[in-house]
Amino acid sequence: MDSLDTTFTESLLQERDSWARPELDWVKAIAVNKSAVERRVSTLAGRRTVKKEWQAAWLLKAITCIDLTTLSGDDTEGKVHRLCAKAKSPVRADLLEALGVTGITVGAVCVYPTMVAHAVRALNGSNIPVASVATGFPSGLMPMTQRLEEIRYAVDQGAAEIDMVITRELVLTGRWDELFDEVAACKDACGRAHLKVILATGELATLRNVARASMVAQLAGADFIKTSTGKETENATLPVTLTMVRCIRRYYESSGRKVGFKPAGGIRSAKDALAWQVLMKEELGRDWLEPELFRFGASGLLTDIERQLEHFVTGRYSANYRHPAA
Amino acid sequence: MPTVKEIFATMEYGPAPESPDFVDAWLEKHGRRFGHFINGRFVDGSSTFEVINPANKAVIATVSQGSSAEIDQAVQAAGVAFEHWRALSGHERARYLYAIARQVQKHSRLFAVLETMDNGKPIRETRDIDIPLVARHFYHHAGWAQLASEVFEHCGPLGVCGQIIPWNFPLLMLAWKAAPALAAGNTVVLKPAEFTPLSALLFAEITQQIGLPAGVFNLVTGDGRTGEALVEHPRVAKIAFTGSTEVGRIIRQKTAGSGKKLSLELGGKSPFIVFEDADLDSVVEGVVDAIWFNQGQVCCAGSRLLIQESIAETMYAKLRNRMENLRVGNPLDKAIDIGAIVAPVQLQKIESLVQQGTKEGASCWQPGWAVPTEGLFYPPTLFTNVEPAGTLAQVEVFGPVLVAMTFRTPAEAVELANNTPYGLAASIWTENVNLALDIAPKIKAGVVWVNCTNVFDGASGFGGYRESGFGREGGAEGMYEYLRANWEHNLPDAEEPEFVPRAEPGINAESPENAGNGEAATIDRTPKLYIGGKQARPDSGYSYPVFDPAGKHRGEAGLGNRKDIRNAVEAAAKASSWAKSAAHLRAQILFYIAENLQVRAREFANRLVADGGYSAESAEREVTAAIERTFYYASWADKYDGRIHQTPFRNVTLAMPEPWGILGIVCPETNPLLGFLSLVLPAVAMGNAVVAVPSARYPLAATDLYQVFDTSDLPAGVINIVTGNQLELAKVLAQHLEIAALWFFGSKSGSEMVERESAGNLKATWVTHGKARDWSKPEQAQGQEFLRHATQIKNIWVPYGE
Repeated sequence: MDSLDTTFTESLLQERDSWARPELDWVKAIAVNKSAVERRVSTLAGRRTVKKEWQAAWLLKAITCIDLTTLSGDDTEGKVHRLCAKAKSPVRADLLEALGVTGITVGAVCVYPTMVAHAVRALNGSNIPVASVATGFPSGLMPMTQRLEEIRYAVDQGAAEIDMVITRELVLTGRWDELFDEVAACKDACGRAHLKVILATGELATLRNVARASMVAQLAGADFIKTSTGKETENATLPVTLTMVRCIRRYYESSGRKVGFKPAGGIRSAKDALAWQVLMKEELGRDWLEPELFRFGASGLLTDIERQLEHFVTGRYSANYRHPAA
Repeated sequence: MPTVKEIFATMEYGPAPESPDFVDAWLEKHGRRFGHFINGRFVDGSSTFEVINPANKAVIATVSQGSSAEIDQAVQAAGVAFEHWRALSGHERARYLYAIARQVQKHSRLFAVLETMDNGKPIRETRDIDIPLVARHFYHHAGWAQLASEVFEHCGPLGVCGQIIPWNFPLLMLAWKAAPALAAGNTVVLKPAEFTPLSALLFAEITQQIGLPAGVFNLVTGDGRTGEALVEHPRVAKIAFTGSTEVGRIIRQKTAGSGKKLSLELGGKSPFIVFEDADLDSVVEGVVDAIWFNQGQVCCAGSRLLIQESIAETMYAKLRNRMENLRVGNPLDKAIDIGAIVAPVQLQKIESLVQQGTKEGASCWQPGWAVPTEGLFYPPTLFTNVEPAGTLAQVEVFGPVLVAMTFRTPAEAVELANNTPYGLAASIWTENVNLALDIAPKIKAGVVWVNCTNVFDGASGFGGYRESGFGREGGAEGMYEYLRANWEHNLPDAEEPEFVPRAEPGINAESPENAGNGEAATIDRTPKLYIGGKQARPDSGYSYPVFDPAGKHRGEAGLGNRKDIRNAVEAAAKASSWAKSAAHLRAQILFYIAENLQVRAREFANRLVADGGYSAESAEREVTAAIERTFYYASWADKYDGRIHQTPFRNVTLAMPEPWGILGIVCPETNPLLGFLSLVLPAVAMGNAVVAVPSARYPLAATDLYQVFDTSDLPAGVINIVTGNQLELAKVLAQHLEIAALWFFGSKSGSEMVERESAGNLKATWVTHGKARDWSKPEQAQGQEFLRHATQIKNIWVPYGE
């Protein structure tokens, strides 16, 4: 085992004991070759594909992994209610019947903290968790005490999952200890809620930084690592995804703990969803196709999947208006 | 078939078949029976054989076994067409090549599916890699057709080109051969591999469709016998072959002395070097692309994995995990990584080499799943604990079999990488640009991929060092394989047979009229051989007399033999640092040689008058020309730049001219000073160490030079001079396995011998076929042609981006 991995394992052993901050100098040495990463993702779509029944089943699975999201300044209780209704029945009943499947819902509903209570009420009895963004989303540039307070508020309102954003400055200036402390503090504040750590990869400049941040976030207790807020100019891309999921694999191989992955922003078509699913299956394996370890942060994706499912069932290309709006 | 609900639970990949329907319809249209394509028409062959789909062993077509008579028809047709085709403007030829590229794109899926059914490789590869590269190659060379007369000034086509291609990339190899040949104005007779002739037949149909003039492109299908007839046909001006080193060697021997230009792209055992700082997850995918691309049936496959010891176990674990995820099966399935092995004989070869490797004690690992049994399939295989001496580390398997070895230091990586008779390609993985750019020039290979592997493009030359062949395909360097200087057609014949020196004392050097006239006797001079910077007596202990053209005895020269050549090559090997010295230094030393030559100009002129029968005036002219030529190559030493090829992805593709290493040069009998320097200097300027055999009849101008070299700071061993019987010494040079290239400027029969005897290590030869150049004419006697022959192009691909 190379020295880097030895350090890595040691840091994990410390982590298991106390969540105390491990020595993190080694993250600087993580190697990510951008050109090779791009080549892998550009050929993957040609290497794997699913057709017919398989495609329908995979798309249904994708629906169960969607964090159906509204994160707009003009969100209202009514808007959140509509979203939750769609979350509970994301696909027309006649289509589900034709597909021979029941009980399909999305993975979660994702809203701002002040909308959590509305969502919790609307989803009552559905088993669909409510996820809340927090920590001064989307920039994260809020005093730490307020950020932690915001997490506690959202959890208190009934959020089962917290999507936090990291301070990009800590990555850009290589302050890994502080990044660890930040994530660990948020994890503490979450209590029993799951923590998704948004890296805002579009603002981290390089894939190496993405990998470094991914490792630190996992070590500090992230349950999921997530690409983007959806508000950066560059959102989830396949090269960023490959970089992050390889870090998840590396962390899992060393620690035995499975961390989930959530790409967010820019995934709009059923074809995109399949590309991401294939990447998860190829790089991480079957377990990472389930909502426990994989989520799509998306709002428009569901509509396209519904259209593809109708096409599969009827043999005719569908139209958006045939599927209930959120 | 499982239900949606069941698949929802398992999340398996299902079948994703590409339909064979259009290809079947095309085959049916031809009655699944094909003749040859000669002079623009399909003609029935005399006898036939069957073509199978290796994925299911079904016979998919019957094709013709080309006879010598059919080869002759095709060559005659190509010969007739040549006169018309060469006369077209570059622009007109460019239009045809452009049309071919367009048609290949329009019918890309038909080509892709046909190729997969014929060869067994996955549809992903034919669809996403092979066919797009074919179109790209014709586009790129449409451009060369347009520009050739400007870029390759005073050059013209060769004539009828015979091209023999392998079964691993049937259409792509056709493109690599036909595109440059046609662009340069040649006509083509192509023989596809017997296992995989179908895409070439479809291609022939395309040429018909675009109205390519009849006879410009001809196709004769068949096995090795058909290829042999093509190789031996006297009207063929050039043979281009891609295939095994074994067959390449036979072709080298068969074409020896025929005057046919030859390029060979042969086998490989290419190293894939992984340093400890590499992005190991990306390395794993690189390995997949290196050895499990096209079932490993790739001449440049990265089949020898060299891993830095510190990360070896980590790499093996990652590799095994990845191998479990590879999918082997029906190549027409869009989600298959590894298809079928091309033919039963190839599958048997792989199986037996794997058995042998296991028997020799290497550890064999294969994934837990089984391959389909109905077609010709073989699982991805990893061998560890392989010693460099093991069969699997040395022999090209041409299958999905990877052998892994470890190294400790960069120097050891280079040593292991170069520990092979082959030199086709190499892949280097590190995040350290210093390391990558240090290692790339040290690897003996025509293509070096940094942090990538198996990437190709029409703009970049591809071809090997050592026994992986010579010549390049693609880029400007590839175009030269199909061109020759226009003045070459009108050269006079050189003297034949060569002068044969005899070991005997000469008649008294003093002519009777001067003898005994009372003047003091001059001090005897003993010209020796010049080896490793020292004057050396010939091993034989014999000298031979040197006479002037009038028969007057002028002195003695050492009668060198094979041991002197051996010593000279050893001395040249020790001078390998010359190649790495700064070009500025080489330039300076060459200028210094000119300076010292000038100091002794009168002496050299006298030598030419005395030995060579020159008039005082012509001797002075020749010495002046020699000094100028020395300046000329001193000037070029730091200016013969490589290129940055414009390949279509984010990388720099560096085309670097590299010296051969040790270059043998057999000089012309005429022009004892200028002829010698005109050949030795360009070789030395480019960084080669030279073993030169000067004119046997007039060797003393060359031996006079070693004092000039000594006073000019030329490092020991860079130029070695062995005088004696040229043919005898040339044969030793040709057979010497450490000499990478050999120039022979003697007789026709000598040229034949040199080409034939060079087949041993497939050294690149440059021979005159008994034609004499005029060494006083700069057009013939100096120029970039010499520098091109003094170097081989290495293409180094360096992707970048952070």
